[in-house]
Amino acid sequence: MNINISAEEKSEEYVITMNGELDVYTAPELQKVLDPIRQDGTHHVRIDVTDVSYMDSTGLGIFVGTLKDLNQHDKELRVTGASNRILRLFEITGLRDLMHINESSEVE
Amino acid sequence: MSHQYDYIEMKFPSSAEYVGLIRLTLSGVFSRVGATYDQIEDAKIAVSEAVTNAVKHAYTDNQSGNILVGFAVFNNKIEIIVSDNGQSFDYEQIKSELGPYNEDDNVNYLREGGLGLFLIETLMDEIVVRKDPGVTISMTKYIDESQVHSDGETISNR
Repeated sequence: MNINISAEEKSEEYVITMNGELDVYTAPELQKVLDPIRQDGTHHVRIDVTDVSYMDSTGLGIFVGTLKDLNQHDKELRVTGASNRILRLFEITGLRDLMHINESSEVE
Repeated sequence: MSHQYDYIEMKFPSSAEYVGLIRLTLSGVFSRVGATYDQIEDAKIAVSEAVTNAVKHAYTDNQSGNILVGFAVFNNKIEIIVSDNGQSFDYEQIKSELGPYNEDDNVNYLREGGLGLFLIETLMDEIVVRKDPGVTISMTKYIDESQVHSDGETISNR
C-alpha cells in the first residue's frame, strides 16, 4: 500500500490524516476507516490532506459520499491542508462550494 | 518519410495496483520533453481516470485482461492512448453524467462517480474516444503552451 491513514477521535470530531497517493488502489483503505464513522454519524469529520501527494475522482467520490452521510446526521465534513493542486481539483469539479475546504484556524 | 515522433507502449494487467506505476512512467516520459509540473500533474490525473475506468469495468465483469498504454511523443505534444482490450465501460452513460457539481445541487443527489471523464476532458487539450472493440481513449497534452487550444483549460489556469 502506498498510503498511510490514521484516525484520531477527539471530543466532537474524528481527524483522519493521510500520507501518500489516494487513487483507485488505495481508496479502499480510506473507505475502511471512514465507513464506521459515516454510519455512526456521532462526530464531525476532518480529513487532513497535507501529505496527500496525488488524488483524483476516486478520492473525490469518497469525500462526496462521506459528506452525504454526515449531512444526514447534521454533522460536517472539513478538508484541511489541501495543496494548490488538490484545491484546484475541488474547484474545477464544483465541490469547493459544497464542502468546507481549508476552513480551519489550524491551516495557514 | 521518417518518424515524427517516438512511440512508447506498455501493457499492464487490469488491476488497480498498477495505476500508480502508469503515473510514474508518465512522469518520466513527460519530464523528458520538458513538460511543466502542472502539465505532468494534469496528465497524471487524466490517464489515471482512463485507466481507473478500465480497471473498474474489468472488476465488475470479473474478467482479467490487459490495459494498453501508449505514448506518442512529438516535439510539442504528447498523445496518450489508453485501450482496455475489449472490456468496454459505458462511455455514453458516463458522458451523459459529465459536468461539475453545482452549488444548487441538493447534497443528497450528488453523484459519487462520473467525474472521471469530466476531468479528462477538462485537463487535456484534445480527446478522442473510440468504441469497438473495447474503449480506446486518446488524449493529447500540448507541451508548447502557445499551441494549447483556447478552450483547453489546464489545472494551472487561474
